[in-house]
Amino acid sequence: MSEAVLNVRGVGKRFGGLQALSGVDLRIERGQVYGLIGPNGAGKTTFFNVITGLYTPDSGQFELGGQTYEPTAVHKVAQAGIARTFQNIRLFAEMTALENVMVARHCRTSAGVWGAIWRTARFRAEEADTAARAQALLEYVGIGTYAPYKARTLSYGDQRRLEIARALATDPLLIALDEPAAGMNATEKLELRALIDKIRNDQRTVLLIEHDVKLVMGLCDRVTVLDHGQRIAEGTPAQIQRDPLVIEAYLGTGAH
Amino acid sequence: MDIFLQQIINGLVIGSMYALVALGYTMVYGIINLINFAHGEVLMVGAITSWTAIGWMREASPDMPAPLVLLLAVVIACVVSAALNFAIEKIAYRPLRNAPKLAPLITAIGVSILLQTLAMIIWKPNYKPYPTLLPSEPMALAGAVITPTQVMILGVTAVSLAVLMWVVNATRLGRAMRATAENPRVAALMGVKPDTVISATFVMGAVLAAIAGVMWASNYGTVHHHMGFLPGLKAFTAAVFGGIGNLPGAVVGGLLLGLIESIGSGYIGALTGGLLGSQYTDIFAFLVLIAILTLRPSGLLGERVADRA
Amino acid sequence: MGIRFTSKSQAWLWAVVLLAFPLVLQSFGNAWVRIADMSLLYVMLALGLNVVVGYAGLLDLGYVAFFALGAYLYGLLASPHLLETFPALMAWFPNGLHLSLWAVLPMAAVLAAFFGALLGAPTLKLRGDYLAIVTLGFGEIIRVFMNNLDQPINITNGPKGLGPIDAVSVLGHPLSKRLDLGFIELPSVTLYYYLFLALVLVSIFVCHRMERSRIGRAWMAIREDEVAARAMGIHTRDLKLLAFAMGASFGGVAGAMFAAFQGFISPESFSLMESVMIVAMVVLGGLGHLPGVILGAVLLAALPEVLRLVAAPLQQLTGGRFDPAILRQLLIALAMIGIMLWRPRGLWPSPEHGQSSPGQRAP
Repeated sequence: MSEAVLNVRGVGKRFGGLQALSGVDLRIERGQVYGLIGPNGAGKTTFFNVITGLYTPDSGQFELGGQTYEPTAVHKVAQAGIARTFQNIRLFAEMTALENVMVARHCRTSAGVWGAIWRTARFRAEEADTAARAQALLEYVGIGTYAPYKARTLSYGDQRRLEIARALATDPLLIALDEPAAGMNATEKLELRALIDKIRNDQRTVLLIEHDVKLVMGLCDRVTVLDHGQRIAEGTPAQIQRDPLVIEAYLGTGAH
Repeated sequence: MDIFLQQIINGLVIGSMYALVALGYTMVYGIINLINFAHGEVLMVGAITSWTAIGWMREASPDMPAPLVLLLAVVIACVVSAALNFAIEKIAYRPLRNAPKLAPLITAIGVSILLQTLAMIIWKPNYKPYPTLLPSEPMALAGAVITPTQVMILGVTAVSLAVLMWVVNATRLGRAMRATAENPRVAALMGVKPDTVISATFVMGAVLAAIAGVMWASNYGTVHHHMGFLPGLKAFTAAVFGGIGNLPGAVVGGLLLGLIESIGSGYIGALTGGLLGSQYTDIFAFLVLIAILTLRPSGLLGERVADRA
Repeated sequence: MGIRFTSKSQAWLWAVVLLAFPLVLQSFGNAWVRIADMSLLYVMLALGLNVVVGYAGLLDLGYVAFFALGAYLYGLLASPHLLETFPALMAWFPNGLHLSLWAVLPMAAVLAAFFGALLGAPTLKLRGDYLAIVTLGFGEIIRVFMNNLDQPINITNGPKGLGPIDAVSVLGHPLSKRLDLGFIELPSVTLYYYLFLALVLVSIFVCHRMERSRIGRAWMAIREDEVAARAMGIHTRDLKLLAFAMGASFGGVAGAMFAAFQGFISPESFSLMESVMIVAMVVLGGLGHLPGVILGAVLLAALPEVLRLVAAPLQQLTGGRFDPAILRQLLIALAMIGIMLWRPRGLWPSPEHGQSSPGQRAP
């Protein structure tokens, strides 16, 4: 059994009167593309926000790469190795595509004020490395030529790719994509699927929230289904497609 | 104990005025998420316009009974302030509704300075005495004193609040305002015109501020172009204190702030062993602001709102 | 986008112009050089605030507090006041406190940086509007203290102000005395021009380097979207504090220089209006764009003063209602409103690089 990249148990989160998550378990093995699906409002993005430290959980045990972690400080979780994209694309609009990716190298680099002002050799080497890696990542996701353009001038699909490149730049153990295919047409979705495949082939682990069932079924190794904050099914795509609870959650009872 | 009661009275009087202005801030913020930096200046415009109006009326018909003069002055002040605020919203804020977040704030600051400067030009920078229209003998009240002007302030505030509550809760416009504050898009889908609601909010806020301005001038006996700045800031603090966007919160915040200032300035000398005196009163408001934003950012009566990713 | 010279000769041209500028101005009268000197100080202030507002996106409306701190620090250390108030110190410094420039500059920078971090700390969790109001509050608190710390112990001398303050000396020559070079005489104001110019050039250098660095990028990420910045592993709290501290240090140094230049300071010079004006310089010039910020500073600092010198007739005409201070305020207010309505990114914002990329979506 390979070591789990992410292993969380018993995650719970409450907002006032709403129990957004309760008793959610999730285990992702290295090199998997893992899907998280469920009807709207099921708690998928809340789950993302909890494991990345944006929301403080009420309960749960969290392990990343075998190490326990406390999801309380967002930047620390990122440093520990979970990178994410956002449902509503949160790029640094006025910065160029290249700068967007370069800045994600922040937690893996260390040059400070002194190096910046005096341009020490160490600083210059680090800058060159950062820029080279960023350019390489832009090309990896397919937008290498847009490096000097401000992020807000990119097309929607390219912005999504940029967000993925940016997340990859942090050298994460786990890259969590929140509805990366939202708003894309069929061609773009195929390209996205190819990209995620490529990411998987490069030994990275991916956690994916998606609504496009076809995309999830074709891409993911395993899937967890959430409904009303609870896990109602877990397994391979084929398994959960046949699971009656899942069908009921999506279509309601008496829909045969 | 007498002194304490006196300070409570003074605190409530000042607090009432803060409450009136705080309502304007909180209503505008609740609807368009903008701190109307120029709101304090609306108070000033109301006060200084009423001063001019009183001057005219006194000259034109010296025999007019004082309460009538005051009433007319208040009405004129309200009309002028309302028109001014309406114009400001239309010209300076409306075009920036979708601009980057810094822009409306800068414009608001610019409007604030513009109003002060125009007032300085039109009315000259000197401090002008405000006529006392009501009898000035203080009345005894359980060991403390209260002047008719102060009674008037408390009374006018209470009436204004009652009218505001009625408008907000029992009229169509009020319903539209509350809906827009909760969810502008859905409100628009239900047929509420956002521009109308926003203009109405600015107008109502201006009326309250104008009334507060006349009260302020009556209480302190002077008007000048810079008089709106500190009350405006403090009233904003009161609005945040009570919970921004929350109408009762603005009132509670205003009254509490007035009391804190009044009691604090009375006892600060004793508390700090003579190190600090009442000239530091003005910073109480800022300290309250910092404290509330650090400890309970949603304010006393506000709700906690999480930042959704 | 930084400052780039298209050729070496352009750089030399700028150098000659900047160095010769005061010499030309002084032939029209020292008052003109004074305007240039004050403009340079404001450029420094704008550059400092630009670090906070332009790079890190933190709207600080109380920036003048650091200007005041630097000024009062130098004022206390270079005037008779402190020794008069605390006679015990007289024993240690029988000839009075006369600090050299090289001691004052770092002290002012460090003190201001410390306060920058201190005042920034409570604001770290606040959003834009609230941050603005709280920093404004801090600025006012500092001003009230400056105004009232004449009792029970007289530290700041309250509204009466501090003076006379020593001039700074460079290479043994106090800048308050004219320098006779034989073929030309440099009055005190011109000497200060060169000192301030040197400081401004250093400031520009530091800002430019910071902008194009790991930290500069992290600041801008925080400005653009703080949540996303944190999600990329950026420790926003420390970086914000760094921005506050670094920005403040510029203000402190400018303040110390101001005190030396004027020879006298009082709390009046450190009002909210000053903070607002510096914010206006940065925003109207071009947030986060060095050339724009400098332009904004020069325009807002110099223009009203120039008007003051030529507007005396206007003042006569309107019977004293339009004095220069009023004119300047009017100008700033109209500029703030007008520019936000027509050019919200400022007069000289950072360029777009490639104007539009293929497949651009509608803005």
